[in-house]
Amino acid sequence: MRTPRGRSWPSGGRLAGLGALGLTAALAATLVALPPGDDGGGTGAARGGDTVPVAAPARAEADNCDDQSLPPSDEDGPTIEEIKNRKVKKLVVGVDQNSFRWGYRDPNKKGGQLEGFDIDLARKIAEEIFDDRDAVVFRAIPTNERIPAIKDGRVDMVVRTMTVNCERLKDVDFSSGYFKTGQQVLAPRKSDITGYNGSLKGKKVCSAAGSIAEDELKKQSYGADISTTVPNQLDCLVRLQLGEVDAVVTDSALAAGQAAQDPAVELKGEKPFTTEYYGVAMKKGADDLVRRVNKVLADYRADKDGWKKSYDEWLRGPIGENASPPKADYRD
Amino acid sequence: MTKGEVEVEVSHPPNGSAVPPDPPARAGTPGQAGVPGPSAPTPPAAPPQPPPGVPPARRSPTAQAAAQPAAQPAAKRRTAWAEGTDRLRAAATTEPGRLRIIGAVLAALVIGFGAVTTWQMTDRSAAAHDVLYRSQPLSDDAAAIYRSLADANTAASSGFLAGGQEPAAVRDRYERDIERASEKLAKAASNAGSTSSSAAAVGKLNELLPEYTGLIERARANNRQGLPLGGAYLRYANDKMQTQMLPAAEKLYKAENARLSSDYAKAEPYPWFAIALGVAALAALAWTQRRNYRRTNRVFNPGLLAATAAGTVVLLWLVIGHTFARSGLNESYDDGVRSLNVLNDARIGSLKARGNENLTLVSRGAETTEVKGESKDKFDVSYRALMKRLGDKDSGLLGEAVALADGDPGGENPVLDAAENVGVWKERHEVARESDDSGDYQGALNKVIGAKGATGECFDNVDAALDRALAHERREFEQAAEDGRGAMRGLPVGAAVLAVLGAGGAVLGIGRRLSEYR
Repeated sequence: MRTPRGRSWPSGGRLAGLGALGLTAALAATLVALPPGDDGGGTGAARGGDTVPVAAPARAEADNCDDQSLPPSDEDGPTIEEIKNRKVKKLVVGVDQNSFRWGYRDPNKKGGQLEGFDIDLARKIAEEIFDDRDAVVFRAIPTNERIPAIKDGRVDMVVRTMTVNCERLKDVDFSSGYFKTGQQVLAPRKSDITGYNGSLKGKKVCSAAGSIAEDELKKQSYGADISTTVPNQLDCLVRLQLGEVDAVVTDSALAAGQAAQDPAVELKGEKPFTTEYYGVAMKKGADDLVRRVNKVLADYRADKDGWKKSYDEWLRGPIGENASPPKADYRD
Repeated sequence: MTKGEVEVEVSHPPNGSAVPPDPPARAGTPGQAGVPGPSAPTPPAAPPQPPPGVPPARRSPTAQAAAQPAAQPAAKRRTAWAEGTDRLRAAATTEPGRLRIIGAVLAALVIGFGAVTTWQMTDRSAAAHDVLYRSQPLSDDAAAIYRSLADANTAASSGFLAGGQEPAAVRDRYERDIERASEKLAKAASNAGSTSSSAAAVGKLNELLPEYTGLIERARANNRQGLPLGGAYLRYANDKMQTQMLPAAEKLYKAENARLSSDYAKAEPYPWFAIALGVAALAALAWTQRRNYRRTNRVFNPGLLAATAAGTVVLLWLVIGHTFARSGLNESYDDGVRSLNVLNDARIGSLKARGNENLTLVSRGAETTEVKGESKDKFDVSYRALMKRLGDKDSGLLGEAVALADGDPGGENPVLDAAENVGVWKERHEVARESDDSGDYQGALNKVIGAKGATGECFDNVDAALDRALAHERREFEQAAEDGRGAMRGLPVGAAVLAVLGAGGAVLGIGRRLSEYR
């Protein structure tokens, strides 16, 4: 069931040409009754091949697919058993070390510990599984390696400002969304760029390879030169400062982190031009782990010293407004 | 004496019949007999000259018939040449004429021998000088640029790993490296010329170096503020170094090495032309003396003997001197340059490996590369490849360096020392990787940049040992090359002086015979 969460931001031109995707999503939505992971792989559409005729009409917002996660449960299953019985009894989490306030390393703090909102969450999950906040191995991974890293088993999960969408759901499973964000344009304060619109025409716009921003720019670039893609979104800020690009498109939450490191740039446009939710990505079919993480998230949202405390510590400053966790949405 | 000669002449009937034209030829000699030395070679050259004046006048009608002004000089020259050969042929029919020709040929051969020897040995000596004082130092400088840049990059990443306030030693090292690189670049720029590939590489490096240092300063500034942007700048700077600057430095290094090889190639080949001329001159002298002996029964002609002696000295000096020079240069190449190249490669390899080891910890897997379908940490893959290339005392670059040192303890010991440290480095690296892989980042950091028992210690030892080995090989090179160059010293001038003396002797010797016809 879906709870209304005020998805009022216009989805824009993205919907054009998304028929297939939308249909896939809609199909997936009709499949909630099927036993999960019954064929251990394949896309939602493939799994639901027989049920095509009963597909409900595709809904426009369905391409977010952030309502496809399994309901929470704190029972251990085969995936968690495997993690617990490994030689190194730690959770291997793919993170970013270049996202200010999300996952980064403060060079002035001893030990080079990673810290940030995502890091707190990863530690919380480790604490729930191993009873030890420090039972985590952080692996910094570039944006376009997030899905391969999970598929190859290099990491147990990715907590790295990763947006849940239907396309990615074909390759990995997601937890429920733990943060609401959307794509936004970042440019120098003095720039004549006003947002994700015609003012981008003829400008050089940077995005991280394999990011939603890159996908969006490929769909609609407003005549901008989008050939500059980099391993991590922060590398875009380097290029912006060096004058190699004129603007950056990335998640508003990350863009706020960039603006916090460089007072000469700002977010352009009133609001993000997409609505997205960050989720924890895990291996496809690791249902016990997904349910367990959803349980952690459910507690984390409710706990006063959980989500809210971490948000206030890391993100409230750069984002500049109060926020509460998004409500969880499960398959049934 | 004249009698004997007549007898001999009689034994050659065709010559005897040519006796009548003798007087005119003899008439020419008295004037020259006064200065037998220099004048003797002139007669053969002189005869062709007067005729040109005469024949054109005589033949002008034919030339006019041709009605082609352009054809005229050609006709003139041909007649002049024809006239010259006629004169020569005419001269060859008398003994004094023949003697004069022989004298001229001998003098020409000896002078030619001397001139070619001087010319070829000046070339070789200059090339040997270039090897020692130009191309090898430049190749060394290029290696220093390459090494300084790689070292600066390594120092920058070490400083970053150490946190916001980088250690003074690391900062000093970085600054020294950049200073040395720009100093050597300026030197290389003035030596590279304007069109060569070294000039292009130097130009590119001069352009990129300030960009690079600018990026590092930005990385530092952001790092001090605790912003992850510093790390992003460092990776960007590293990328510039790895993909643009180090390849350009390598290109410069290779171009300078090519120049060194080409100077060697110019200094080493045997001066075959000079040797051939020398052999020809000595053979001609021998033949002349034999002819003299046959005709006069006189065993020695002092002039010709002196010429032979001078020619022999020059030829021996040339062959022996060059053989020594060659062996010196070969030694300087085999024991010096080849070792220096391998050691420079090894040192730069170890620097790059260290840089990559640091960056593995800086990036924490933020950049990956595909190896046999598997995604692996870009910097760790690179580190492993470089360490493999470094090898140990039996393989890789270090193995090659040990083999080249060829049992010479001064060259071998530091390389063995380096190889041993590389072994320890590899072991410690594995331990550090294990710590990092099991989530103990701080532990891994301590094992890489820590004060004791860290891989940094091994790297420093390797670097110092290779530096010792390089200094040793450079001395070896200089000594051998200096010996080689020394073996050629004086040869060009000596050959010229001796050749003039020899030619004088030959002319005097012939002149003495000629005077007997007066």
